Amino acid sequence: MADHSGTRTLLTIICEAVLETRLLHDLEILGAPGWTVSDARGRGSRGVRNAGWDNDGNVRVEVICSRELALKISEHVQRHYYQDYAMVCFLSPVEILRSHKF
Amino acid sequence: MGWDPVVLFFVFGVVAGLLRSELKLPTALYETLSILLLLAIGLHGGVELAEQASGALVGQMFLVLLMGIVLPLIAFPLLRVLRFGRVDAASIAAHYGSVSAGTFAVVVAYMLAEGIFFESYMPLFVAILEIPAILVGIVLARGLSSSTNWRELGREIFLGKSIVLLLGGLTIGVLAGKEAVAPLEPLYTSMFAPVLALFLLEMGLIASRHMGSLRKTGLRLAIFALVMPWAGALVGLGFATLMGLSVGGTAMLATLGASASYIAVPAAMRLALPEANPSLSLGASLGITFPFNIIFGIPLYLQAAQWLQAGV
Repeated sequence: MADHSGTRTLLTIICEAVLETRLLHDLEILGAPGWTVSDARGRGSRGVRNAGWDNDGNVRVEVICSRELALKISEHVQRHYYQDYAMVCFLSPVEILRSHKF
Repeated sequence: MGWDPVVLFFVFGVVAGLLRSELKLPTALYETLSILLLLAIGLHGGVELAEQASGALVGQMFLVLLMGIVLPLIAFPLLRVLRFGRVDAASIAAHYGSVSAGTFAVVVAYMLAEGIFFESYMPLFVAILEIPAILVGIVLARGLSSSTNWRELGREIFLGKSIVLLLGGLTIGVLAGKEAVAPLEPLYTSMFAPVLALFLLEMGLIASRHMGSLRKTGLRLAIFALVMPWAGALVGLGFATLMGLSVGGTAMLATLGASASYIAVPAAMRLALPEANPSLSLGASLGITFPFNIIFGIPLYLQAAQWLQAGV
């Protein structure tokens, strides 16, 4: 069996749930190969966001892609959302099993 | 007369929240309860609407739309006098110009319990009142030549959860008619108060969290959140008189005028005016105005409506 493994970058964005639709639209335009969204809660510089109800939740969006694309997306979200929204964004290297998918 | 148990559930939630109790309703349950309430209100309104629709309704809908424009235009200068920045003032004004469907559910339950007649198409007015204040708020903050993404915002405003549920329920009620809807009627009769009680328990917990954040935002916001319901109720009383509503309908429109949105508008404002501080508007509308309206406001507005109509 041919070896399809390799390394890619995992981009994780945690932000206000209200941004979800807009953010996923951006990801599509920027060419992200896919993403995973999950509900999240936590505490940061903008206070506790405990997902108790509609307006109070966070989402975590994860994208596995090339490092260049991950940097491009992270620059895009920093430019557009960092100032006004609760958001963190970080990159980490990951080992993947099927390189053609990402 | 004993205390209204539905209101006591709210107080219970507030107290439990302030004591930092572990009590927490699952998010999915809160969503379910609010969906049940809005659908029940819409459905019942639709059934009655089919039976008593008239041409006068069109004129009344226009007046309600106008009311939604007037309310934020009163709130905005008041906030500016209290030295809030332009964008924050516009955002808070949009919250207070729009309506709270939760408060509406409480006033419906109150009127049913007191056995007071009200116009059955009031849910239609709730849906209409949600919208104009959001647009006025954005224009107050940005002016007309804004860079607002109207398409995205339009979806947020017109297809927001509460509007869709109310209008969906209304439409089903109108199309199906009274007899066909009869099996669903418990949603509005025997189930309404229990669902509302649980909903208000969660609202109490949520409100208590926002009361905590008020300590930071201070006295000016508290003054506004206590003064504006009176002004909004007066506007509602005035418009209801113009529209020729019954005593019950007048009290309801006053309650709608006094109430402030905490679901539809916060989401729309977060997208349209991201630099506005959301904890100001939510602290005021959830931490002060919502409790004020359901504990003290609604009986007061009913009293005012009764005086007004007795005097006319």
